Amino acid sequence: MKDRTLIITGLIIFIALVAFPFWYNMGKASPQPDLVLTAKAKAAGACVMPTAYMRANHMHLLDAWRNSVVRDAKRVFVNPQGKTFNISLTKTCLDCHSNKAEFCDRCHSYASAEPYCWDCHLDQSKENK
Amino acid sequence: MEDSRRRFLKLAGISALGLTAKPVLDAFAKEHAKAPAPEFEEGPKALKAMQWAMVIDTRRFKSDADLQPIIDACDKIHNIPVFENKRHEIKWIWDEEYEHAFPTNPNKFLTERLKDTPFLVLCNHCENPPCVRACPTQATFKRKSDGIVLMDYHRCIGCRFCMAACPFGSRSFNFRDPRPFIPKITMQYPTRTRGVVEKCNFCAERLAVGKLPACVEASKGALVFGDLYDPKSEVRKLLKAHYTIRRKQELGTEPAVYYIV
Repeated sequence: MKDRTLIITGLIIFIALVAFPFWYNMGKASPQPDLVLTAKAKAAGACVMPTAYMRANHMHLLDAWRNSVVRDAKRVFVNPQGKTFNISLTKTCLDCHSNKAEFCDRCHSYASAEPYCWDCHLDQSKENK
Repeated sequence: MEDSRRRFLKLAGISALGLTAKPVLDAFAKEHAKAPAPEFEEGPKALKAMQWAMVIDTRRFKSDADLQPIIDACDKIHNIPVFENKRHEIKWIWDEEYEHAFPTNPNKFLTERLKDTPFLVLCNHCENPPCVRACPTQATFKRKSDGIVLMDYHRCIGCRFCMAACPFGSRSFNFRDPRPFIPKITMQYPTRTRGVVEKCNFCAERLAVGKLPACVEASKGALVFGDLYDPKSEVRKLLKAHYTIRRKQELGTEPAVYYIV
């Protein structure tokens, strides 16, 4: 047991290194970004589904929309209130939420989510470029 | 006696565990049942058919200049990129020589007109599409509602089995990101991404809002579009009045694009 000090120092260094991300970022947690609504989205008051649902499940709704349009040729969405919407990411969603950079991207990068929607679908706010 | 008591206690223990498991399972089940079943409908103006088909009156085309506006109309609205390298080319509707479009109708001596006229070719939206059978992810599928052979780019894994299966060369692969090569991007229609196969979609997005395909609209009547199984449709009227041919008919894919020659 003459290597005791050596082992213990090594262990301490090892733990310190492994825990590096934790102590390095301690107290620096970045705050959750606020959703920025455009004037048009504010005026509309309600999204296609209740806000809480959209916040948690918009990706599932978009998947259902996608499958409906692409595979079943059904392009109109009827929400529980009986209101109808044209199913289109760029023409319906981005019509109100025309601030993609603030509305979509900030939260996605905060949550480290990298949806590949924009590989094909076009950001309508860049129309004039 | 002692043995059965042990068994009783075991069973009681397992039953007690079962009782506590139920509320947990219920809680899980509830979480997933929360999403209301969304309802979807077709648009009010959507055009419907059993099997969309096209008749191309090739007598109306004299030269490439007659075809170009039709090809351009499609390329423009569907964000088709232009690649210098022929091997990267993306084609939805394009021109082909008679001998290449109909390689199995060999006539040693062709009429002057057939020899010189460019033929407009596109995806045939076969009634029995081999590409659909080849696709391992069902990314390409024959839409039951109207017979269009469609691509679901979200699902395409880029294996290109469909390209090997298609006898008409109607499919193109995106070897490169197409976006920088689109001359003028149409914002209303998505582009594609690197690594997916694409092809003509018979303008499914236009049919959904009551418009005819862009090529038909641009053709000034040389291309006619309609339901193959509606005896009163324009397509059927033309098929009744004229002799038509189809590409590689003997393969049994039942192409839905007919040519009046």
